[in-house]
Amino acid sequence: MTSPLTDESPNAPLRLRPPRHAVDPRAVGWWALQWVLLTAVPVVVLVVLGLLIPPARFWLFLPAGILAVLGAAAALALPRLWFRHHRWEVTDEAVYTRTGWFFQEWRVAPLSRIQTVDTARGPLEQRFGLATLTVTTASARGAVKIEGLDAETAADLAAGLTVATQATPEDAT
Amino acid sequence: MYTLGPAGGAALVTGYWLAVGSGIGFALSWVLPPLVLAVVAGGVAGEWMRRVTRYRVDPERFHVRTGVVVRKRLALRRERIRSVDLTADPVLRVLGTATVRVGTGEQAGTEGTVTLWPLRRTDAEALRATLLAHAARPADGAEGADDGALARFDRRWIRFAPLSFLTPALGAAAAGGLIQVSEWFGLQEELFETIGSWFGLAPAVLVAVLMGVGLFVVGGVATVALWVEYWWNHTLDRQADGTLHVRRGLLTTRSITLEESRLRGVELVEPLTARLAGGARVDAVATGLATGEEDKTDSKTLLPVAPKELADRVAADVLREPDTSPTAAPLTGHPVAARGRRLRRALATVLVTEAVLVVLGLLLTPVLLHIAWISALVLVPLAIVLALDAYRALGHTLTERYLVARSGTVRRATVALQRRGIVGWTVRQSVFQRRAGLVTVLATTAAGSGAYAVRDAAEPDGLALADAAVPGLLRPFLVAGPASEPVSAPGPHPAGR
Repeated sequence: MTSPLTDESPNAPLRLRPPRHAVDPRAVGWWALQWVLLTAVPVVVLVVLGLLIPPARFWLFLPAGILAVLGAAAALALPRLWFRHHRWEVTDEAVYTRTGWFFQEWRVAPLSRIQTVDTARGPLEQRFGLATLTVTTASARGAVKIEGLDAETAADLAAGLTVATQATPEDAT
Repeated sequence: MYTLGPAGGAALVTGYWLAVGSGIGFALSWVLPPLVLAVVAGGVAGEWMRRVTRYRVDPERFHVRTGVVVRKRLALRRERIRSVDLTADPVLRVLGTATVRVGTGEQAGTEGTVTLWPLRRTDAEALRATLLAHAARPADGAEGADDGALARFDRRWIRFAPLSFLTPALGAAAAGGLIQVSEWFGLQEELFETIGSWFGLAPAVLVAVLMGVGLFVVGGVATVALWVEYWWNHTLDRQADGTLHVRRGLLTTRSITLEESRLRGVELVEPLTARLAGGARVDAVATGLATGEEDKTDSKTLLPVAPKELADRVAADVLREPDTSPTAAPLTGHPVAARGRRLRRALATVLVTEAVLVVLGLLLTPVLLHIAWISALVLVPLAIVLALDAYRALGHTLTERYLVARSGTVRRATVALQRRGIVGWTVRQSVFQRRAGLVTVLATTAAGSGAYAVRDAAEPDGLALADAAVPGLLRPFLVAGPASEPVSAPGPHPAGR
């Protein structure tokens, strides 16, 4: 169990601890499918063109092959990496997330400053039973987004956050 | 009146061609009637707009009805109105009228902004006073609320005007414009021949340099003219009701008001060239400035580029920090690792440029190879100097009410952000930063650009700064200990690995 920083070690170097919860494991499949779709479109176009235009076949198949390999590698590796690094937490005080691996990013938004709470489910997310929760503050760049939540968890969180935010009377700017 | 400019230009070109073809009288008879028509139509449209626009202020709302083809009705809640800006270009000034722009500061583009055009000057002033009356509560800590003038125009500031990136840009634009116009009149080839013949008079390098200097002079004159038009008679004062009021402009006068309660801080901006001459500009960091309209960037400028000491003092006065200006506070520097990052980044940029030149040179022509080594001689030292300067710029500190952060070399900006205006934190760390033990901490806020960064601070320092700036917010998520790379998740996992 993490104990919040105590004052006994004021000089110890600080770091941010990982948020408490991992995203839903199904998010791995969802991210992988996104990569597959993203690379499949140009690959299919290149292959079809290559079949139709025999003289240019090599120069169309080559990039198609490279793209396919890269796409497959991304679809296999990145979602697993992200799954280990995308984490979230909602306390009575704030929403706290961590995303990314290469560019790691932690975001904190205090409940008292939250303006809107949205959940969104794209077509792919619905298939996987997932949802994305977006919490916005008055800042144009302060939105906190939690991707790959179980749809029910997201709905419960949104309801809970909406109640909690209404309880604070500030105008949140 | 507004139609006169473009219509006149078009008429001039058409007239020239018709006159070349068939005599001046014929040309005039074709060109003048449409011209007169266009001007009359413009005038009628303006008068019509004035007639059909009605506004009314009741205790709760500001109602506007307007529109010729599409009738529009708007009602703005008065307590939402954040800014009332008056603009009067020369035509409107002759007629004793002004354009009024009422902003509610909604983020969504022009939705929250209402423009009334044209309005009698006196009516416009009265409307402004009425609409902003709800702000008439003295801001906290305001004793003797009317502080009066915070800055008065000084002609000597004009020396900073040509030191703008606009100078080369306008110079180039003038050259482009000349070529374009000569084409309209079918004189383009003559123009090129004339310029070509100059190269016979003196060594080519000298002619090229002279032409470059010429463009800079033209650009400089244009920049100064623009500056005078924008900033002449600039005054910044605080009115009795606690609003900041900027008035400026030579031909087109602008008058911008900013409720003090919307102010979240100031940004002291030193563009590289102005900084070398000891100048700095003061921008407001405020929520709900009139958005989505033309001079969006200028409406937040409280003080044009002026001597740095003055800029610091104005910033302090605006923030009501009479003793020391937050923007001039001594800053804590950032670790040496941040210098390494800047050097590497600058040199990498040069390296990529040179690599492109060398590859192309090997493939195509050896001339590019010579260009490569000559440019490397210039670019490498330049990159190093800029990188070192960028490192020197880095710094942060915390004052009683403000978070102060500075960064940048081409555009060095020192931001002083109210600590209570911070609505969240974003902490970023790339793989490279992780290795160097650095983090970039962004304070998100409702005002200005939405987030202000403390770049490349040492990880413990940056986090401690964020923790101290807004007590309690980040604390629950901080732990003591070495920044260990492996994710040793300390808590229980509800959703397992």
